[in-house]
Amino acid sequence: MQHHEQAHLARRFLDRGYTTPITIEQLSQEVALSPYYLIRLFRRIYKQTPHQYLIQLRISRAKELLSYSDLSITEICTDVGFESLGSFSALFRKSVGLAPSAYRRSSQTSQKSVYIPLCACLLHGIHDTLDP
Amino acid sequence: MLNRLAVTGIWVKDQNEALRFYTEKLGFEIRADVTQGDYRWISVGLKSQPEFEIGLSALKPNGMLTADDVQMLTKLVEAGKLGHGVWKTDDCQTTYEELKAKGVEFVQPPTDRPYGTIEAVFKDNSGNIMVLSQDKPYRTMMQADTEA
Repeated sequence: MQHHEQAHLARRFLDRGYTTPITIEQLSQEVALSPYYLIRLFRRIYKQTPHQYLIQLRISRAKELLSYSDLSITEICTDVGFESLGSFSALFRKSVGLAPSAYRRSSQTSQKSVYIPLCACLLHGIHDTLDP
Repeated sequence: MLNRLAVTGIWVKDQNEALRFYTEKLGFEIRADVTQGDYRWISVGLKSQPEFEIGLSALKPNGMLTADDVQMLTKLVEAGKLGHGVWKTDDCQTTYEELKAKGVEFVQPPTDRPYGTIEAVFKDNSGNIMVLSQDKPYRTMMQADTEA
C-alpha cells in the first residue's frame, strides 16, 4: 500500500468518525503508521495535521448546525465531537472569527450559497475535490 | 444577455477580522462560508439585498497569487487605493452616527454632493474605501429656481 493511500485512509477515518473522540494513537493504528510519520505525511499531502483537519471538520459541521438547525449551542458542541463548551467556543471563535452565538445570528438567512465561485477557484487554485 | 451582478469580492487582510467588521459593525449577514483545505471562501450580504453577496478574499499567497502579489495588493488595500463600493441609505446622517458609535472609521462626514446625494466615506478594517450615499429628494428645475 502506498503511504499516500494510508494518509487518504486516515482522512476517511476522520471524515467518518469526527463526532467521536479520536486520538492520534488510534488513528495511526488504523492505518498502520507511527503517529509521528502519519502527522508528517498527512501535513505534506493535505497541508494540515490530522488534528487540524479533525478540528476543521468539527467546526465546519458546527457552522452548518448553527445556520440550519435549532439545536442549542451546547448540543451542537457535543454533537460535533467537542467535550467542553469552553474549548468549543474558544476554538470556534479563533477559527471562524465570531462566537458561535454571533455566527448563528449572522448566518440564519434564506439566501445561502454553499459553493466557491469559479472565479475564486481559478485565482486561488482550488480544485473540485481535495483528493490528490 | 447579462441579468444582474450576483457576487463580487474585496481583498481583506484578515478574514476573521473582516467577518467581525461586516457582521457586527455593518450588520451584514453571512451568505457562504466554505473551507477547502487551507482556503476559505466567505461571503456576506445585506438582509435587504438577498440576491447580492461580497466575497471577503484573504490576502495570502495561494493558487495564482504569489507572495509578491500579496505584498503589493496589501499595500494598495491598506492605502485605500483598491477596494471600494457605494452603499445606499435612507438617512446618511443617522447611519453615519450609528456606525461611528460602533467604531467605524470615517474619512469624510456626511456632505452634500452637487449630483443630488449626501455622502460620507468610511474605511473597512482592511482599508477598503466605502461610500455611504443617500439620494436627496428629486426637485424640478422650477422648484430649484424658486429656492434659489
